[in-house]
Amino acid sequence: MLFELSFIWAGIIAFAVLTYVVLDGFDLGVGILFPFAGSERDRATMMNSIAPVWDGNETWLVLGGGGLFAVFPLAYAVIMPALYMPITLMLLALVFRGVAFEYRWRTTRWRGVWDVAFFGGSVVAAIMQGIALGALVQGIEIEGRAYAGGWWDWLTPFSLITGLAVLTGYALLGATWLYMKTEGDLQHQMRGYARWLGVVTLAAIALVSLLTPFQDPEYFRRWFNLPGSLFSLLVPGLVVACSYALFQGLKGARDAQPFLAALGLFVLGFIGIGISFYPFIVPPGLTIAEAAAPDESLMFTLVGAVVLVPLILAYTAYAYWVFRGKINPEEGYH
Amino acid sequence: MFDGLTAETLARMQFAFTVSFHIIFPAFSIGLASYLAVLNALWLRTRDDTYYTLFEYWKKIFAVAFGMGVVSGIVMSYQFGTNWSVFSDKTGPVLGPLMAYEVLSAFFLEAGFLGIMLFGRARVGDGLHMFATAMVAFGTLMSATWILSVNSWMQTPAGYAINEVGQFVPQDWWQIVFNPSFPYRLVHMVLAAFLTTALVVGGVGSLHLLRDKTDVAARRMFSMAMWMLVLVAPMQIVAGDMHGLNTLEHQPAKVMAMEGHFDSHPDGAPLILFGLPNAETKTIDYAIEIPKLSSLILKHDLNAPLAGLDTIPDEDEPPVAIVFWSFRVMVGLGFAMLGLALWSLWGRLRGQLYENRGLQRASILMAPMGFVAVLAGWITTEVGRQPFTVYGLLRTSDSLAPVAAPAVAASLTAFIVVYFFIFGAGTFYILRMMNKVPATRNLGLRDGPIRAAGITPAQQVDPDVTDEPTPQGN
Repeated sequence: MLFELSFIWAGIIAFAVLTYVVLDGFDLGVGILFPFAGSERDRATMMNSIAPVWDGNETWLVLGGGGLFAVFPLAYAVIMPALYMPITLMLLALVFRGVAFEYRWRTTRWRGVWDVAFFGGSVVAAIMQGIALGALVQGIEIEGRAYAGGWWDWLTPFSLITGLAVLTGYALLGATWLYMKTEGDLQHQMRGYARWLGVVTLAAIALVSLLTPFQDPEYFRRWFNLPGSLFSLLVPGLVVACSYALFQGLKGARDAQPFLAALGLFVLGFIGIGISFYPFIVPPGLTIAEAAAPDESLMFTLVGAVVLVPLILAYTAYAYWVFRGKINPEEGYH
Repeated sequence: MFDGLTAETLARMQFAFTVSFHIIFPAFSIGLASYLAVLNALWLRTRDDTYYTLFEYWKKIFAVAFGMGVVSGIVMSYQFGTNWSVFSDKTGPVLGPLMAYEVLSAFFLEAGFLGIMLFGRARVGDGLHMFATAMVAFGTLMSATWILSVNSWMQTPAGYAINEVGQFVPQDWWQIVFNPSFPYRLVHMVLAAFLTTALVVGGVGSLHLLRDKTDVAARRMFSMAMWMLVLVAPMQIVAGDMHGLNTLEHQPAKVMAMEGHFDSHPDGAPLILFGLPNAETKTIDYAIEIPKLSSLILKHDLNAPLAGLDTIPDEDEPPVAIVFWSFRVMVGLGFAMLGLALWSLWGRLRGQLYENRGLQRASILMAPMGFVAVLAGWITTEVGRQPFTVYGLLRTSDSLAPVAAPAVAASLTAFIVVYFFIFGAGTFYILRMMNKVPATRNLGLRDGPIRAAGITPAQQVDPDVTDEPTPQGN
């Protein structure tokens, strides 16, 4: 019983984190691209495109953290101190970014300050999330039931590379989102950005994929022995397909296609990480089963998740539906 | 700068600082979300445009306050892990699921419908917009329910066992969620949130009434707020008293600290009104006391014996002075709120509610006092729980994450600087919005052209806003 429940939960947490990454990914991406807008009107359009949904997007981050606390308390208790600095910096960055959504409309002279907060907060949050991912992939040192490493263990060339990879990936999501939601000059500008961000992101994916198997012999074995090697052939194949869809979509009339293709790239990257990790939750020493809370906790929480997660997905989808279509910059100013 | 401060002290300071900032916003947004739902419902029912004006007015203030609540709340949700990881490991199986339920049943609901409530009226129609507004209000109440269940369990743990690795593990979820102090705490907090909001709304109404007593919107909000006070202030005093009795039953040491009872009183304890708690001599210096009254209040018997802190081992004693003072601030403000409520009732009965300038000035003075009382109340209950995180079972010093003092010091400094900057600016913007007269000119909106984007933060941009904030200076 313990076995199945903890693995169901590992799946739910993974889903929450992935959902967070793609949803807050595109709205953080809009923040990363914010200073490159040509005019105040474009900036307003960019922010308006995410204003009604960013709060819901960010809630998935709370579910990822809160869910970990609920069902894998040991993993939560080990990861958070190990990533103390990147997580603290990410939280502070999200504070700046989150208030900018309201503050920038409340002032004229200080608007620039909150624009910088929006941009800077988005960039720092993205990089820190990437660094946290890299640090987790590298492995976290555990002794007994606690983190046993040093305070700068998270900072390595590899984690910096994953930090930059996530930054460019989010920027790509943001650019393709805006390509879908806008028209005219801004859309044209985003098409250009999406093209070269697509190239850089693919390069970053390739680099991280090549480096990952060398972070731990277990990863290497995972990727280059059967059955993992089947995936290691399949995943790059799908990455190529997504890239084709991305660049093809940027050529023509299908405005949503590049965004969906970029989402596909993130999903594939996430599956790749999953292949490396399984069955660990904190490599190299802590497995999903070891970190799990007792069955009573897993079951109690699962009942709620089974009922509420589909409901959340339904009304989230509805909220996106309400605000569907192109953003019309003229409408916001009456 | 932080020489001599241990990682534990720093982590406690950081938690106290961030949670004190955070609690301000839920205290306001729980009440305000319900107020907005009521305003929207009244407008739909009566089509009286004053309600619409008030909804739009408070909606913008809510949006800013809610934003600050969200960002400071995300910090809290990760701080359990970063600074209190041993606590997280040990209590996770019991408390984690409650927090997960908070996210699943409350945060998503608020966040999902907030966008529709703020920007979506023209896109979804009045009925669905009302539904979204109600869901936001419902979400804030659900959130309070779960988080107070968590907090109450830390105060009065129940329904658990302890496993071989020292974790609390659930035995009976009903007992965990509905632990002995939970109902009292929930009622006390929700009423506090309603009172806090009523005081703010009443203060803003007063401000505009003092400028123009014929302002319909100002009259309406002042009147509604004063009714709320009349209704809730007495309820809160009763609820607070019941909560106190519950605390006496389950956390006697906390009540001893609140009352300042260093010594036991075998035949009737006095009520110490004021005095200076002295931790060295374990006495209340310069005490002003009313004989036997404490026994009467706590035991409903003038001569009932009451134990004092002398019956508690020194290492289990909460810090008396902080609890003693914060409790008096909270109770004093509670009675001041009742006073304001009765004054407004008297003014209303004499038909002078909108003319009584003294009442309105007092109401402005009282506007921020709900926040002060909420903070004081939380300090009483949280500091009173010390030296434990889980009362009687897990010590604060045994809950700490293995993070070195310099790292905690650096993050604490960063939080202080960032919070003062961010929340100083936010407070400035909110005060400036409150200083503006509720605009009645937007009323053509419903029959106007549908806003294609439906996304109208720019509508909130005020072209006349030119003077600028000095957030640090507030």
